Amino acid sequence: MSIDWDFIINSLPLYEKAIWITLKLAFGGILISLIIGLLCSAILYFKIKGLDIIVKAYIELSRNTPLLVQIFFLYFGLPKLGLSMSANACAIIGLSFLGGGYMSEAFRSGIEAVRKSQIESGLSIALSKVQLARYVIIPQAFSVSLPSLGANCIFLLKETSVLGAISILDVMNVTKDLIGMYYKTFESLAMLVVVYLILLLPLSILLSWLERKVRYAEFGN
Amino acid sequence: MVENNSDVLLDMQDIHKEFDNKEVLKGVSISLHKGEVLVILGPSGCGKSTLLRCLNGLEKIQSGDIKFKDKSIVQKNTNWQEIREKIGMVFQNYELFPHMTVIENILLGPLKVQKRDKTEALTQAEELLDRVGLLDRKDSYPRQLSGGQKQRIAIVRALCMNPEVILFDEVTASLDPEVVREVLDVILGLAKNGMTMVIVTHEMGFAQSVADRVVFMDEGRICETSKPDEFFNNPRTERAQHFLNILQY
Amino acid sequence: MQNLGIRAMFEGKNFQRLFQGLFVTVEIAFISIIIASILGIIIGLSRTTKLKPILIINRLYLEMFRIIPTLVWLFIFYFGVTTALNVDISGKLISIIVFSLWGAAEMGDIVRGALQSLPRHQIESGKALGLSYFELYMYVLVPQAIRRMLPGTINLATRMIKTTSLVVLIGVIDVVKVGQQIIESSRFKFPTASFWVYAFIFVLYFIICYPLSVLSKRLETKWNA
Repeated sequence: MSIDWDFIINSLPLYEKAIWITLKLAFGGILISLIIGLLCSAILYFKIKGLDIIVKAYIELSRNTPLLVQIFFLYFGLPKLGLSMSANACAIIGLSFLGGGYMSEAFRSGIEAVRKSQIESGLSIALSKVQLARYVIIPQAFSVSLPSLGANCIFLLKETSVLGAISILDVMNVTKDLIGMYYKTFESLAMLVVVYLILLLPLSILLSWLERKVRYAEFGN
Repeated sequence: MVENNSDVLLDMQDIHKEFDNKEVLKGVSISLHKGEVLVILGPSGCGKSTLLRCLNGLEKIQSGDIKFKDKSIVQKNTNWQEIREKIGMVFQNYELFPHMTVIENILLGPLKVQKRDKTEALTQAEELLDRVGLLDRKDSYPRQLSGGQKQRIAIVRALCMNPEVILFDEVTASLDPEVVREVLDVILGLAKNGMTMVIVTHEMGFAQSVADRVVFMDEGRICETSKPDEFFNNPRTERAQHFLNILQY
Repeated sequence: MQNLGIRAMFEGKNFQRLFQGLFVTVEIAFISIIIASILGIIIGLSRTTKLKPILIINRLYLEMFRIIPTLVWLFIFYFGVTTALNVDISGKLISIIVFSLWGAAEMGDIVRGALQSLPRHQIESGKALGLSYFELYMYVLVPQAIRRMLPGTINLATRMIKTTSLVVLIGVIDVVKVGQQIIESSRFKFPTASFWVYAFIFVLYFIICYPLSVLSKRLETKWNA
């Protein structure tokens, strides 16, 4: 079987454009997810009445439903209520909604990993709840949360493969179109795989390196 | 170790506490005078650590009253942060913050909570560190120190808050026998200087030399309160006798 | 207006079709999990060997399915395999193949993790008590291994069920597809149908996945304590 290299080279610009779109949307989604996650775990930590129930419900809803249904609802469903949004907006909102729940859980597991005796130690020198969070909990929780946070970022980047379903010109749609128009199935699929390898492998390796560095700085091993 | 009959710092009245529907403190009453060293002894599970932890709000009581300087501190609106500046605590597992150096551990409270002047706090911290012989370790991290060193630092950390009472919760229980002495010497020093303390321990020799009063607890109640010599040589209650006998070989 | 929209689901056989679609979703996930479990146990056991080539192949296999998104795999099989082999395979079968392969890789990792976490001294004390190999496995190791595997397996099942929503994109008539069909056919009669239908499908997924995740958490706390 011969590979049509000309075809591949000619399609590169299309893929490049699509990669940028994917990266931008993923970045927006990840950023907002982190913010949502921080807010949610803060609400749960300070045990704010009323809001904490909403947060818990949100976390369960976002983690037990698929992204595809979420973005279909946003893109096709909401406009019927008069709330029309661009595909990009729906994509970022969908990713943030999904990601926020996961990030919140990652932060929460970090907070819970801080031993109760450390918290009591902080209380015994009269730290307030805020000071406790800032000086005792967050520094120690961070290295515990980091692996999960990183894994969530990779997860969200992978989930962007779904966004093509609401007409976003991402790499999935480019591949589908190329196959449909030129029937270069092998080349198109090969490029698709390579694109995702390029996107995700470096991130995965970077994450492992970061985890090791943080763990060393924290606890010296 | 001066006992001042007039100043009652902490007054505990009929304290009841339960864990999971099991009553752990069944009506404990005792008062602590300024400058007094109270040692609480008793078998495992008698509630002595729990009682200690009720004094700085780490445990909540179900009924009874605790008064600090004549003011009840177990109300719903008690500001525990304020109280903990005055009632310090040292834990069995030292519990220094692993991500901070020794000096950062010590200065966290004075600078961030008490908002004191940095130079003044640093001077006090260094002086206290010097007194326990650890001034040269002030920039080390806890993981670089031995258990005995960490515990002495923990005591310095509590002292730097200028508390009026310090609570010691089995502070030598996790230490190797060789280093127990260095920690106990520090505490004895504090007692000689008039610090008011409540100590939970099972180091009997230490208890006898540091205490102004010994409180013996069993199954959530105070069985006996006496001066140390009376308690160790001539315990009044049967349970106390039994307890002391177990410890003789 | 809203009220009319929700009626789209109860029109004719729509409701019934939605649940038929849901059945397809659950069917794909269920069959895949069973196949994945069987394959996964074999793979997991194979990862305890000391043969380097087997370990490398296994590791590569797992990483490929973890790095490449599932939808890409669906595309690869749906477009690629059918073109290469010149056969016409239904989207449903492709889905089961892809999910089984993905599930087997993940299950293999779960099994390996469970086996490696078994305390070694259990084997020694078992032998010291005079248990035969068979008895040792059946009464001591296997129950413990299953306990360690169960939360991860349930978690995988939940993820699989959510991911089956993707099969609509390769033409399988699952619950999402049925929803789309209902919306299409209700375009004039119930213009706001899309809001209600997708909301309903959202809730359906939640109703299936949430109990599973609660179960998984409960098992974890029960057996870890």
